[in-house]
Amino acid sequence: MLTIKNLHVKLEDEDKQILKGVDLTVEAGKVHAIMGPNGSGKSTLSYVLSGRDGYEVTDGTATLEGEDLLGMEPEERASAGLFLAFQYPVEIPGVGNMTFLRTAMNAQRKARGEEEVSAGDFLKLVREKAKALKIDAEMLKRPVNVGFSGGEKKRNEILQMAMLEPKMCILDETDSGLDVDAMKLVADGVNALRDAGRGFLVITHYQRLLDHIRPDVVHIMADGRIVKTGGPELALEVEQNGYADILAEVA
Amino acid sequence: MAVAQPKPDLTESRIAALELPKGGAWGMAARADALARLRVMGLPGRRDEYWKFTNPDSLTQVAAPRAALFEAKDEAPLFDAVDRLRIVFVDGVFDAEQSDELSLEGVEIERLADAMARDIHWAREFYGTLETAGQTPVARPLAALNTAFATDGLVIRAVGKAAKPISLVYLHRSETSDAILHHVVRVEEGAELTILENGPAAARFNKCMEISVADRGAFHHVRAQGRDHERRAATHMFARLGAESRYKSFTLTVNGVMTRNEHVIELTGDDASAHVAGAAMGDGKLQAFHHDDTVFVTHGALRCESRQVFKKVLRNGAEGVFQGKILVKPGAQKTDGYQISQALLLDEEASFQAKPELEIYADDVKCSHGSTTGAIDETALFYLRARGVPRETATDLLVLAFIDEAIQEIEDATLQDDIRTRLQLWLERRRRG
Ligand SMILES: Nc1ncnc2c1ncn2[C@@H]1O[C@H](COP(=O)(O)OP(=O)(O)OP(=O)(O)O)[C@@H](O)[C@H]1O
Ligand SMILES: [Mg+2]
Repeated sequence: MLTIKNLHVKLEDEDKQILKGVDLTVEAGKVHAIMGPNGSGKSTLSYVLSGRDGYEVTDGTATLEGEDLLGMEPEERASAGLFLAFQYPVEIPGVGNMTFLRTAMNAQRKARGEEEVSAGDFLKLVREKAKALKIDAEMLKRPVNVGFSGGEKKRNEILQMAMLEPKMCILDETDSGLDVDAMKLVADGVNALRDAGRGFLVITHYQRLLDHIRPDVVHIMADGRIVKTGGPELALEVEQNGYADILAEVA
Repeated sequence: MAVAQPKPDLTESRIAALELPKGGAWGMAARADALARLRVMGLPGRRDEYWKFTNPDSLTQVAAPRAALFEAKDEAPLFDAVDRLRIVFVDGVFDAEQSDELSLEGVEIERLADAMARDIHWAREFYGTLETAGQTPVARPLAALNTAFATDGLVIRAVGKAAKPISLVYLHRSETSDAILHHVVRVEEGAELTILENGPAAARFNKCMEISVADRGAFHHVRAQGRDHERRAATHMFARLGAESRYKSFTLTVNGVMTRNEHVIELTGDDASAHVAGAAMGDGKLQAFHHDDTVFVTHGALRCESRQVFKKVLRNGAEGVFQGKILVKPGAQKTDGYQISQALLLDEEASFQAKPELEIYADDVKCSHGSTTGAIDETALFYLRARGVPRETATDLLVLAFIDEAIQEIEDATLQDDIRTRLQLWLERRRRG
């Protein structure tokens, strides 16, 4: 599904190397988790994959189902099936949540040569998905993320994911700032989307989310590289001992 | 040694090319007064302080610069969804054929010439009066020119609640038309009136509207200036507001090589309120775009409220100007004055100049003003694009969101939506090229 090879990324405006050779493959139907100390480059990886400005790829490749991601515009990556749940979802005053969702859905469909969703079908769908995430109708009417609590913003990300049904979902710390119940809702949202054709890359600092979303593979990222890869037990190890041992071991 | 020839005087050349319309003693007198005012003031030149950011030459030169006609193609006319009394002017000339009958419950409507033909007429004490008052402290020579030479216009008097909005439709059919229109509006005590205006009107349009609102009256104004790329317009709205009266005006401008919209508002009765808003969207790609909002609000009574909200979206070298002043006279205590002008510049070539001013001679007032110039929010743009919305569509969404704060100043929700839908349509067209 998602194949990243030897990815090197530096800041565009500064001479600062952030990713120093990332290798990672997420197969269809699998959930991979990435953990790692603050500042190790996890969000940068997710931004570079989704096409945010400000970064320069100096080496390496990233493909989605064999297609070169790095050469595409952000919207093309989205239409190709890539989705990023932002660590910090963006507030957009003046743009209604519903308008935003519908515009996004139809833009993707159009790009893929599919039929646009009708107003009625859209409404039905969004109500159903919102209900599962306990997002009320009033929130849907508000401008995108404006005045949403931290947890509401994260749930809104998952709602977008559920509506857009991407092939490859990257979740950047979607669990941070969530209370226990909201964490469960988000995990349920993710689990509902799990199927043989879809891949997940879940960035997190905590074992708790991984209790609900059982990852197939866990990676540890440090200083711009994946330094260790293992099964779910790796996350438990981090939870108990922190990163010191792992980092010492690979150093 | 060669003797420098005196430059032919701009004002006199312009006056010489115009003809004072005949008819009616009081009308003629008012026109003669206006002409005298104009001669004293002279037409504005590039060095006038009040025209520092806008070059008046094309508005003052003798002949109107040619303006190609613009075909809106299959687009339904604006305000079509609104139940309204439709009055049509073609290149500045009233067109009875295309207009509804000038009759509306709660309102008296006549052509200016018909009103002037009658010695005793309510409009007599209003024609040119607010324009004259509006000449101090700042001269507005184009308005004096208008009062002197207006060839057509309406006098409208609301005596009750108008049954429906009066919609003035200005069609542009001649590439060289130079139209001068003057409307006089009187809203009597407790009466209510809405005036809608749309269309480019002419190659060059000089329009003046004098609105006097008596105590507890309400006047609403929604205008959309036509999309003709090459049309030029200088408009003046002069308003005088009585106690507890309300005045609300909104203008949408899309395209137009040159637009100068002036508002001169005087709050003379206690507890009156005046809201003026404008949204302008300019793209200098096909044709230059210059848009100037100049507003002068005078608080002369107790507890009045005024609000100015102006938004501009500019790209490809489009130029925006805002000059806004709030003057609080001595004794106008408890004044609440607010003013904001904001520009969204979509590229480096676009520019915005703002000159917000407060002049306050009372001590118990609340006045604030602000002006911002910004680029598109890149973070929001990326967020939208990351969800699959193409750059251009995402930009449009953000543009509409930005403009919407001005649209929300329109009181009527249906009209708000009409303007919104129209903007959306225009943006889509623009995108498709
Ligand atoms: N646009 C930028 N400008 C300056 N520094 C940046 C920028 N983007 C990333 N960095 C730096 O790159 C490093 C990696 O940041 P990144 O956000 O990817 O870390 P992270 O692993 O997601 O951390 P966290 O766990 O705290 O979210 C940090 O040192 C960060 O300060
Ligand atoms: Mg991060």
